[in-house]
Amino acid sequence: MEISRSAPTQAKAVVPPESGPPNLRQTPVEPPAPQNKGKVRLGDRLFSGASRGSGILLLVIMAAIAAFLTYRAVGAIADDHGNFLTTKEWNANATPPVFGIAVLATGTVISAVIAMVIAVPIAVGVALFISHYAPRKLAQPLAYLVDLLAAVPSIVYGLWGALFLVPHLQGTTQWLDSFFAWTYVFDASQPEVTPRSLFTVGILLAIMILPIVTNVSREVFLQVPRMHEEAALALGATRWEVIRISVLPFGRSGVISASMLGLGRALGETMAVATVLSPSAILSLHILDPGGGTIAQNIASGFGEASPFGRDALIASGLVLFVITLVVNGAARLIIARRKEYSGANA
Amino acid sequence: MSAVTDKTPQGGIHPSAPSLKHARLPKWAPAATAVGAIAVAVGIGMGAELSSKIQWGLIAVLLFVGTLHVLSSKVEGTRQAKDRLATSLLWVCFILAVIPLFSLIEYTIAKGLKVLDAAFLSHSMNGVITTETGGGIYHSLIGTLEQVGIATAMAAPIGLLTAIYLVEYGRGKLAKTVTFFVDVMTGVPSIVAGLFILSFWIIYLDFNFSGFAGAMALAILMMPVVVRSTEEMLKLVPNELREASLALGVPKWLTILRVVLPTAIGGIVTGVMLAIARITGETAPVLLLVYGSTAINNNPFDGPQDSLPLYVFQQWKNGNEPSYDRAWAAALVLIALVMAFNLLARGIARWKAPSGGRG
Amino acid sequence: MKLQRSGRKALALGAVAVVSSLTLAACGSDDNSGKGDSSSAPTTKASDIKCGDKGQLLGAGSTAQKNAIDQWVKDYQAACAGTTINYQPNGSGAGIQNFVQGKVAFAGSDAALKPEEVTASKKVCKGGQGINLPMVAGPVAIGYNLEGVDNLVLDADTLAKIFDSKIKKWDDAAIKKLNPDAKLPSTPIQAFHRSDESGTTKNFTQYLGKAAPNDWKYEADKKWLAKGGQSADGSAGVASQVKQVNGAIGYFEISYADANQIKTAKLNTGAAEPITVSVDAASKAVAASKIVGTGNDLALDVDFTTKAEGAYPITLVTYEIVCDKGNDPKSLKSVQAFLGYTASEAGQKAISDKGYAPIPTEIIEKVRKVIPTLS
Repeated sequence: MEISRSAPTQAKAVVPPESGPPNLRQTPVEPPAPQNKGKVRLGDRLFSGASRGSGILLLVIMAAIAAFLTYRAVGAIADDHGNFLTTKEWNANATPPVFGIAVLATGTVISAVIAMVIAVPIAVGVALFISHYAPRKLAQPLAYLVDLLAAVPSIVYGLWGALFLVPHLQGTTQWLDSFFAWTYVFDASQPEVTPRSLFTVGILLAIMILPIVTNVSREVFLQVPRMHEEAALALGATRWEVIRISVLPFGRSGVISASMLGLGRALGETMAVATVLSPSAILSLHILDPGGGTIAQNIASGFGEASPFGRDALIASGLVLFVITLVVNGAARLIIARRKEYSGANA
Repeated sequence: MSAVTDKTPQGGIHPSAPSLKHARLPKWAPAATAVGAIAVAVGIGMGAELSSKIQWGLIAVLLFVGTLHVLSSKVEGTRQAKDRLATSLLWVCFILAVIPLFSLIEYTIAKGLKVLDAAFLSHSMNGVITTETGGGIYHSLIGTLEQVGIATAMAAPIGLLTAIYLVEYGRGKLAKTVTFFVDVMTGVPSIVAGLFILSFWIIYLDFNFSGFAGAMALAILMMPVVVRSTEEMLKLVPNELREASLALGVPKWLTILRVVLPTAIGGIVTGVMLAIARITGETAPVLLLVYGSTAINNNPFDGPQDSLPLYVFQQWKNGNEPSYDRAWAAALVLIALVMAFNLLARGIARWKAPSGGRG
Repeated sequence: MKLQRSGRKALALGAVAVVSSLTLAACGSDDNSGKGDSSSAPTTKASDIKCGDKGQLLGAGSTAQKNAIDQWVKDYQAACAGTTINYQPNGSGAGIQNFVQGKVAFAGSDAALKPEEVTASKKVCKGGQGINLPMVAGPVAIGYNLEGVDNLVLDADTLAKIFDSKIKKWDDAAIKKLNPDAKLPSTPIQAFHRSDESGTTKNFTQYLGKAAPNDWKYEADKKWLAKGGQSADGSAGVASQVKQVNGAIGYFEISYADANQIKTAKLNTGAAEPITVSVDAASKAVAASKIVGTGNDLALDVDFTTKAEGAYPITLVTYEIVCDKGNDPKSLKSVQAFLGYTASEAGQKAISDKGYAPIPTEIIEKVRKVIPTLS
């Protein structure tokens, strides 16, 4: 039976998820009037104080990082002889220093977008596959395998990318160029050159973030109340309809935050990009051409030989990365906010 | 192949239960379609002289998905066809994901086993010339274990408590601010976290390079990951459980500790493991802060240490065969190590969790 | 229950793995003397080395001299038990910054200190300043990968045009002229440069700018300023690309060419015979260079346009940077002992089979005189 395929549903299934009246689900959980006041209050106060303190500590750390980044960045940007936003070159150690993030920011966004476009649908697919489709005997080992892959250090992805992926993507690049050159983005000016391009980086990043997104999504899909699914089944829904009606809406906010985790890694990835990309100060939307760069890659390559001023300039680019994440997260947050009603808790 | 094992829809009572009225494709239909699709794809590939095997695969996949969909919608109707389409697409997703990941693991194991032996695990790189064979990863292993341990000891409780605050207590502005900045924090590039600790701890407070400095940067990277995944898991604990517990007169903090956390423990542990996995592989902050070393240093609070990802990175930078061999072997050890922790953590989670869940 | 059992199994498995890795971790050793190739045995007698204080000595900087330092450290540690020398190859810039922050006792650098870096060093060198001691030179090889072509000869002008994307095919007339006997294919040239900043790039572009002023208009810089071409991270990255890609050409320290069996181009400098890159040829080029530093500072100026017989001009001189006065008293003795060994005859001889050229006698003798005066 479908249900017996999974773990016995005990405590959770005893309480029907939909039992509470809707208005109750929207009010915050308040402790009932405590009977032995003093004792309860003390434990509660300590616990809530500790958790609140942790939250505040986290804010303090963030504030310290942001303040420090801004402090270092402002001085560097003020002495920039180029335009920090539109200059393509990054010559922060030269006199006078001329540097800008035009190429780096674009490259960061492009590679992350490629990674997300490829990775998120596949990751959700794999997560659904493991949670709802795979034969039980296969599901556990698969879950372990995915966990394991999340642990592969990025430098290893980088080595594998440079030695294995790049040569194997030559054909794909040429194929995309010959059939999809009209799309402009897939127009390669030198298709015979090894594809150490933003496109390759995007694919590698997709492979890298796949385990993370899969992992968190799977965990969320497994938490869908069985009653929701069983109700859909009872109405005669096919398996896909069950997933569409009950699993996906329930897991949406989880999938989005899983994607955010993945995006964070894709945006900030350093070593894998540095080993695979052939960076240059050329701004181009032809993603199959070697060239471009990402902010994190530039920090890593430039850091070793940077002068103190050059280091501040690199920190300024780090600040930009920071802002990009901020904007993206803000957008994601808006989407989640509209979907809150599917969350089990009231928060 | 994929379709051969896809027998689940036929077993027992399942979502798309065959009603007596509807015609169904025979059991062997997906398998037959798969074989057919592969055969045709190979034919096309050979005929058109397509050099790339990736193209052959893509053609086969498209043929399989398309044919099965058409067949199914002819015989079984649109709804069943959609179900079939989804099933085959999920299989395709899975295979697409597994191929590169499998190749990566296979590559690492094949290359890593070359120099991996007891001596490699129990010796440092002290006095080894990198263009020659010999040496080991003992010093890095110690460094990684200590640094990640310290980072986890700092980040996991803070992250867990923050998540509890956000889900169970947090109302109003503070909670919103914390949530937002946790999101932003996931985007802090590792090298920036490293730079922060470098200028704060090492340059400003004038401490020396140490494993502890690296652990602090790793903790910064780890915290948001723990918070986000724990938060997600706590949110999924049905409210009815909390209400039931509270209604029995259990204080809120005990409700959280005894009811909410145990219910979500599987997911929380996975989240923490993911966070550990993320930081164990970090090179940049370690490079800036623990400095790296070729000799053994057991004390994370004094003097330079090494770490496994840093070791892999440096061996790759050396750019010669003996170093590449060491790099792959170290990478393999690193993966195996994280996997061991993973198994351990999952085991504990299973063992402690009251109701297993489906995980 | 099935689930519980698999949970226990996982727990047991994980515990076994963790425990065994921890027990293993309790028996590590720093002693590598019994392992490795026979050639890795100490190349010097212990009597050549005067030991300094026990404890750890920290250095950081240039990746270009890493293999030389490795050899020296090995020899030194073999002779002086209880001393560990930890040299971190994190780049010249990072090394100098660590040095001026007082975090390391000496820095290795591909370039002499700049005036502002000298000023910054006065803070940590109390009463003195940072000085440059040339310690080892390394030829930068032009590696290429072209099927069927073995003895490629290039000159500065052609190199400049190739790396500036002006020559795009291997059968270009300019290359044909230098290699009349070779069968040059019309494969496109894929020129690789470093994507990170490095002293190697600076040295190479300095050479192009001096030896081919008409064809190379870019400034010499640690960062690659020319347009076009492909790039890769680190010498290891460039070398691995050149090895993989047919039609590729790149520049890296000679040790990377040797380690990866990459063919190297001969250089037509105007001398009677084209120069094959080698340690000896590099030494000859360094011999023609002048000391430009003042006092105890021994910064060198390499003559890139030399036409001397057998001299290979693309040669990188790397320095050790220390304080002339005001070194940390805790590390001073060890620094003197270690650098004393590296500058000694035995020390200079030990690195010649690692792809490094010893510093010519008259210059290294000055270095030897400076080291005991450090305080």
